[in-house]
Amino acid sequence: MPGLLFLAFCSGTHGFQTSFAIHQALAPYCRRPYMRDEPAKTENRMKIAISIKDLRKTYENGFEALKGICLEVEQGDFFALLGPNGAGKSTTIGVISTLVNRSSGEVEVFGRNVDNHVYVTKLDLGVVPQEINFNLFERVEDIVITQAGYYGLPRPLAQERSDKYLQQLGLWDKRKDRSRSLSGGMKRRLMIARALVHEPRLLILDEPTAGVDIELRRSMWDFLIELNRQGTTIILTTHYLEEAEQLCRNIAIIDNGAIVENTSMKSLLAEVDSQVFVLDISKSDLKKAVLCLEKFNARSLDDHSIEVTVKRADGINAVFVQLDKVGVVVIGMRNKTNRLEQLFINKLATDK
Amino acid sequence: MYVNHKRIAFETIVIKEVRRFSRIWVQTLVPPAITIALYFVIFGNLVGRRVGEMGGFQYMEFIVPGLIMMSVIQNSYSNVVSSFFSQKFQRSIEELLVSPVPNYVILTGFVVGGMARGLSVGAIVTTLSLFFADIQIAHPVITLAVILLTSVVFSLAGFINAVFADSFDDISIVPTFVLTPLIYLGGVFYSTQMLPPFWQTVSALNPIFYMVNTFRYGFLGSSDVDVIWAFILLGTFAVSLYVGCIWLLRHGTGIRF
Ligand SMILES: Nc1ncnc2c1ncn2[C@@H]1O[C@H](COP(=O)(O)OP(=O)(O)OP(=O)(O)O)[C@@H](O)[C@H]1O
Ligand SMILES: [Mg+2]
Repeated sequence: MPGLLFLAFCSGTHGFQTSFAIHQALAPYCRRPYMRDEPAKTENRMKIAISIKDLRKTYENGFEALKGICLEVEQGDFFALLGPNGAGKSTTIGVISTLVNRSSGEVEVFGRNVDNHVYVTKLDLGVVPQEINFNLFERVEDIVITQAGYYGLPRPLAQERSDKYLQQLGLWDKRKDRSRSLSGGMKRRLMIARALVHEPRLLILDEPTAGVDIELRRSMWDFLIELNRQGTTIILTTHYLEEAEQLCRNIAIIDNGAIVENTSMKSLLAEVDSQVFVLDISKSDLKKAVLCLEKFNARSLDDHSIEVTVKRADGINAVFVQLDKVGVVVIGMRNKTNRLEQLFINKLATDK
Repeated sequence: MYVNHKRIAFETIVIKEVRRFSRIWVQTLVPPAITIALYFVIFGNLVGRRVGEMGGFQYMEFIVPGLIMMSVIQNSYSNVVSSFFSQKFQRSIEELLVSPVPNYVILTGFVVGGMARGLSVGAIVTTLSLFFADIQIAHPVITLAVILLTSVVFSLAGFINAVFADSFDDISIVPTFVLTPLIYLGGVFYSTQMLPPFWQTVSALNPIFYMVNTFRYGFLGSSDVDVIWAFILLGTFAVSLYVGCIWLLRHGTGIRF
């Protein structure tokens, strides 16, 4: 009898393991429980994290901030939304996060219309706004935990997530402090922790590194890259083009409420057909260098540096070869502007 | 949203609201208690002795229910109006708006927060009144029902004020120029039966008059108004204000651009 029981137990566990294995194998194809209310969608649609169609927004004062924006961001992407001040980046983000009522157009998050699936789409979305928007009299930790509560996280889980993200974002020591006592950069990081507390699949950051020092900016980049690597789709607006170049795979440029460019970072950079470099050279070599680099439009900037324009096809090596021939030593070298910056300015200029 | 999630979100809002007014208790709980205690001393005790009887009761007994009601009205209203407006002003209301909390949960959370403060102050004032008068409650259920409903109505009214307010001035205009006169003329300090017929009719247009008198009926067992009619009125107010607030939230009036 005990043997029989043992057998039954074994087969029982075995059965459990098998079904568990099948479940696991099928997991990628099974939809998450809260998607039950969804009509069947094609695989393809599910690969799009956000889809914006003909989005228009006219503010109450009559200002037309968005003039028919179309945009698609793929799941898993790291996407940059660039544009000058007042272009409509924050307005677009506002519409996605429902803080701005749109005038017309459609927004889908992970294949679901934001109007018909308010709850699920909001669960999928985390937003870090451009302006500080937490209560300055509350404690850091309370801000994050309260936000978790709004997303329906039970208190112990909320505490756990708050601890996790405050630690990851370097705010652990400040967790009991009033948020008003944080520095500007810390406040930004607090807003990132708050946006992540429900672990959204899509994170939108509106100028997260504005006013953040270089060291911190880099650690924030590492953090975001890791987050993206783990599967979170990220959309970012920034005025630092270097940042977009470092982080993002795809890019859209918005100006005057319309998209003027939407492409991959690679192909955009491929459009840059020449770069300007500044070379530091000793005073005595300056004339010689300018002469031998005529082909590269060389000109002296001051008594120890020259500027050269190098075509993609030629490559910077050609410059060194020339200098080597006449025995000029280069002490230092840097890009004159970020290569994306020039392109960006050109794009906006052609748009005008 | 799952029921469980909604419950957690609701609790979160209420806890946050209660934490807010209890954190600043020196501003929120103490001043109304002091003001009302002064009313007790001056009107109830000093002046009251000269007044003698009002509506068949000792003047002190007569004004206690009115003063409790006054504190509940003012504090329910001011809790919601100041909390919601300051969240709107600091833009921290966006924390709620981007999250999946349904509008009715948001509204109910704020209303319960307002009630928590209104009723806390009401309880403090009631306790204080025990030092000045011999309080008895003739109809406990009516007393409780009317105070709860009144608190709901004025929390909702405070919410509407906050939604339309653009500056801190806007949140003090209504309490100063509308609420206080209505309360003072609503029969807190006198029985409307003392008034000439014309002013009795005017008083009957004041909703607070019904609340104060029904509440007083709960205490003393005698009233200037028909209790059933008062409850119908209160219920209608509560429901229509609630529906109005939901409509405002859905349209994003004052909070979504
Ligand atoms: N509430 C509002 N009412 C009226 N106009 C508005 C409102 N909010 C924004 N705008 C206008 O809409 C345009 C787009 O603003 P938006 O904030 O989207 O720009 P942005 O691209 O985010 O700029 P920035 O880089 O400066 O943050 C601007 O001209 C702005 O003045
Ligand atoms: Mg912006």
